[in-house]
Amino acid sequence: MKILLNGEDTEQSDGITIAGLLTHLGIGLDRVAVEVNQAIVPKTKHETHLLSDGDRIEIVHFVGGG
Amino acid sequence: MTNKTDKLVIGGREFSSRLMVGTGKYASFEQTAQALEISGAEIITVAVRRVNLDRSKESLLDYIDLKKYTLLPNTAGCYTADDAVRTCLLAREAGMSDFVKLEVLGDEKTLFPDNEELLKAAKVLVGEGFTVLPYCSDDVILCKKLEDLGCAAVMPLGAPIGSGLGIRNPYNIKIILENVKVPVIVDAGVGSASDAAIAMELGCDGVLMNTAIACAQDPIAMAEAMKLAVIAGRLSYKAGRIPRKLYANASSPLEGMFL
Repeated sequence: MKILLNGEDTEQSDGITIAGLLTHLGIGLDRVAVEVNQAIVPKTKHETHLLSDGDRIEIVHFVGGG
Repeated sequence: MTNKTDKLVIGGREFSSRLMVGTGKYASFEQTAQALEISGAEIITVAVRRVNLDRSKESLLDYIDLKKYTLLPNTAGCYTADDAVRTCLLAREAGMSDFVKLEVLGDEKTLFPDNEELLKAAKVLVGEGFTVLPYCSDDVILCKKLEDLGCAAVMPLGAPIGSGLGIRNPYNIKIILENVKVPVIVDAGVGSASDAAIAMELGCDGVLMNTAIACAQDPIAMAEAMKLAVIAGRLSYKAGRIPRKLYANASSPLEGMFL
């Protein structure tokens, strides 16, 4: 299925969860926040939230800033 | 040294350092960490951005001891209240803290705040339980409105972000200090240690800076200079300066002159 991930078109396995996606990307579950279609999905739901075809995902973290 | 009881209290939390430091624009993460350490800052700002999907890239937080610092995520780059609120919600989810530096910018050239959008965002965020520290214009009426909305501090600019022009309107800062009860932190504009000392001598509760340290020729040395300037400025403010006089007043006694 197609997922728009941080602004890029990507192909992901059907039935993948947010936690699965983060693991697949090699991103630690700590200190990131995930939005699906502009709604935050809390960390407690990363294991269970299934992604759907066409979802728009943002994965953000802290970077240097003033 | 500074009075140990002279703490800065924001949102019910106590801080010993009155210098807050940004983490942008350093040459490397090692340099960032070293400058933060030397500065003595306890509150450090960070930005919220997309994770780089290229796993080889290191992350700032790998270099920072999160037990030592309170992260203050900013809303840099936001031009509307909606974008700023969205960014703060993501920051809280990523960092699990309610502290946010709220900035809603009006235009790219000046990076001055859009105060109308700022008030809108502040209202929503206070309602959502955030500890809101807004970057704002040096305008007492605006600062009072932000205080009335429940912001934990106000952070008027000394000069445009990254300009290094210093405290361009000390009288406005003074008026703000006399009329709001929440901590007043000068945010943006500081270029050198003397600028930081001036802010503190005016009676400000703290100073927040990034470029002045990160883009100095020697950021580590400047971090130390800023630390000392903020301490010196605070002590000078508390000590109470002499009134300014137009004419001289001799320091040596006239009595006992033998000429």
